[in-house]
Amino acid sequence: MTTTNVEPPRQAGAVTPESRTRFTHRLFVARELSILIALAVLVTVTAVSNPRFLSAQSIRDILLGATILVVLAVGQTIIIITRNVDLSVGSLVGLVAFATGKLFLAAPDAPVVLAVAAGVALGAVCGAINGGLIAAARVPALVVTLGTLYVFRGVDFWWAQGQQINAADMPAGFLRLGTATVLGVPVLALVALAVLAAAGLYLRSYRSGRELYAIGSQPEAARLAGIGVGRRVFAAFVANGALAGLAGVLYAARFGTIDANAGTGLELQVIAAAVVGGVAIFGGSGTVWGAALGALLLTTISSSLAVLRINPFWQQAVVGALILAAIGLDRALAVRVAARLRERKARGN
Amino acid sequence: MGEPLSETTPPRLTLRDVSKSFGAVAALQHVQLDLYPGEAHALVGENGAGKSTLVKVLAGVHAPDTGTLTLDGRSLTFAGPADALAAGVAVIYQEPTLFPDLSVAENIFIGRQPLRGMRRIDPDAMRAGCEKLFARLGVHLDPDRPARGLSIADQQLVEIAKALSYDARVLVMDEPTAALSGVEVERLFAVVRALRGSGAAILFISHRFDEVFSLCQRITVMRDGRWVSSDPTAELTVDQVVRRMVGRDVSSLFPKQDTEVREAILDVRGLTRQGLFEDVSFTVHRGEIVALAGLVGAGRSEVVRAVFGIDRYDAGEVHLNGRRLPKGKPAAAIAGGLALVPEDRRQQGLVMELSVERNATLTRRWSLARFGLLRRADESRSAREWARKLQVKAGRLSDPVSTLSGGNQQKVVLAKWLSTKPRVLIVDEPTRGIDIGTKAEVHRLLSQLAADGVAVVMVSSELPEVLGMADRVLVMHEGRLAREIPRERADEESVMFAATGQESSP
Repeated sequence: MTTTNVEPPRQAGAVTPESRTRFTHRLFVARELSILIALAVLVTVTAVSNPRFLSAQSIRDILLGATILVVLAVGQTIIIITRNVDLSVGSLVGLVAFATGKLFLAAPDAPVVLAVAAGVALGAVCGAINGGLIAAARVPALVVTLGTLYVFRGVDFWWAQGQQINAADMPAGFLRLGTATVLGVPVLALVALAVLAAAGLYLRSYRSGRELYAIGSQPEAARLAGIGVGRRVFAAFVANGALAGLAGVLYAARFGTIDANAGTGLELQVIAAAVVGGVAIFGGSGTVWGAALGALLLTTISSSLAVLRINPFWQQAVVGALILAAIGLDRALAVRVAARLRERKARGN
Repeated sequence: MGEPLSETTPPRLTLRDVSKSFGAVAALQHVQLDLYPGEAHALVGENGAGKSTLVKVLAGVHAPDTGTLTLDGRSLTFAGPADALAAGVAVIYQEPTLFPDLSVAENIFIGRQPLRGMRRIDPDAMRAGCEKLFARLGVHLDPDRPARGLSIADQQLVEIAKALSYDARVLVMDEPTAALSGVEVERLFAVVRALRGSGAAILFISHRFDEVFSLCQRITVMRDGRWVSSDPTAELTVDQVVRRMVGRDVSSLFPKQDTEVREAILDVRGLTRQGLFEDVSFTVHRGEIVALAGLVGAGRSEVVRAVFGIDRYDAGEVHLNGRRLPKGKPAAAIAGGLALVPEDRRQQGLVMELSVERNATLTRRWSLARFGLLRRADESRSAREWARKLQVKAGRLSDPVSTLSGGNQQKVVLAKWLSTKPRVLIVDEPTRGIDIGTKAEVHRLLSQLAADGVAVVMVSSELPEVLGMADRVLVMHEGRLAREIPRERADEESVMFAATGQESSP
């Protein structure tokens, strides 16, 4: 730092507005673009081998399949950004899905809106339990939610007592939610898109949303800046619980048949989607858009492997490889960005 | 200049009888302070005198155990940093507290971003606000770039811009100039004077006396967590201030024995690691203490870590006793007689949950073992011996090392490495955060080791320690070895000049 001239020429560290927006814009786009490219390659390869992969019905199926994962990935992204993680979402989905079935068993004429509200509320309560335990016990979220993963599932089993709820037990109006389309687009996908847009806007343009990034980026500095870290993290867990509750209701509507095992193992898929989508597991960076693209990519992979008649065993391996590739890509991008910033600084001097 | 301090002006901020303890360590004892509007007030004291704790009390980070804080006549208690900021107390911390993933502009305005419709953040207004602040400071930084990768000086400038943006009634600056160059310091001072003119009270903490004397109207001295004095600058000399800070004769504090310097043992040639340090060469002889001085972030710790083999390096060689050490192999360095006492003893030097004796013998678990098994009796005998030599004060040696005071923990780390009988001992900030009595003991020990023929390399940010202990001072600036100063010619000025990258005038 030796800009010693009295009136430094403007090139000293000065950046024109255009080059500046391009710079940050490119950073953002680079990460999301790489997933889109992977998605495009995957779709192209599959479609060449079997053109029916691109039929309207097939695309609808993929969108429908991705819906629940996208909603959960949005919630999980909010959590991961704050340098936390929620492992309990799979159990939460199962619990809420079963509760929704029970609701319709008890009150077959209950309106769909009520079912959704009840599911979201139950999810929010469970999220509050997670957030409360983390704040009160000062234990890492990883441990607390690992515990509630089993607790929520246990409650589910205890409640179900081996019972299975079938599609016949639920009103047709509710089940239609799982298959209905508007202008050819599944309603469920529209719900996911709305959630995505709302969360995306919140995280980008609202003070409290930006504070979530700040907390994950440097918790100690966040405290010094007067951010209520505990309160914000608690709220993030409640929001994630509510979204998991919504996903649970959607799960019930889509599959109709629910037992106590519903949603088992979903939490790892959700985290995988977020990581593949460029959400840094150490917090502070990533977007819900990226996470949603990650979820879409994971769903598309499983469909295209089926279309390509590849042993489903490979699906696990491909997802694993994808996660490693995503991490590698993030690392490479970080190194490149760091080099770029150094270079700019060197020119600035 | 002393006009605004007339008896009739009520102080803006008053601390009375403030004490704060952390466990058994009393960080502040009955401290008092008055800050007047329109005044720049210096707070000086050695490292560990309690300045940073006082700053954190003002910032609402620490709640004082006793005492009162009054702001504009109202008695306040801060429940957290948010309260202090809301009351108009802004703080620039010694170590930058930025969010690496957020943009520079967001770092400045976090929680207070300008809004547009529907309470959304207005990025254009935020960028404009940021540029306005930077213009005031005469800084050229891109508001949209992430804070990650900013140099220490640039980070400090962002912190200063952030503090400015609060329009604070009280601005606390904890060594804001430590990483800045001369021009940047001048700009900062112009801003501070302008703030003072607009009626803010400024608490300015610095080790640089020229700054303190040119900028501040009054000086408060602290020592060992206690308030010593507050006087108008005009009535003080540098000598008086130093004497009050140290509270004793400097020579008795640093019992450096004159030793005969013997043959060279450690030879570092052209050591380079991209982006961290470049072309660092030096030689250390048996029987001498070489200090590696410089500002935080100059690359000192990185160099010694590379020498020891914890970190890799891109170019250069390290020779120990004439033999080249392989890159990145601490085991080879230890076998050759090198020992490194790291900077962060809690993270890198000790296993906090293990007992004192386990920690003390950790480096000797192979040489102490018989048939591959460690026997408690052997461990305990070895630990007892070293605990006695270094006068470690511990309840029982089987207690976890976390129960010891900072100074005694540091002695355990030293014992751990001294028991390997090193020929070259590298100590990184050997006395950071330990009390003054133990400090003197550590210094005596290092001096004794040098007298016994050990080569000692000491990384230290404490100038008095560097000047008191070192036979030679190597000063680093931004990853390069800026100057080598022999003991006779080393003084605060010459070291500080080199450390801040300025050409010293002879």
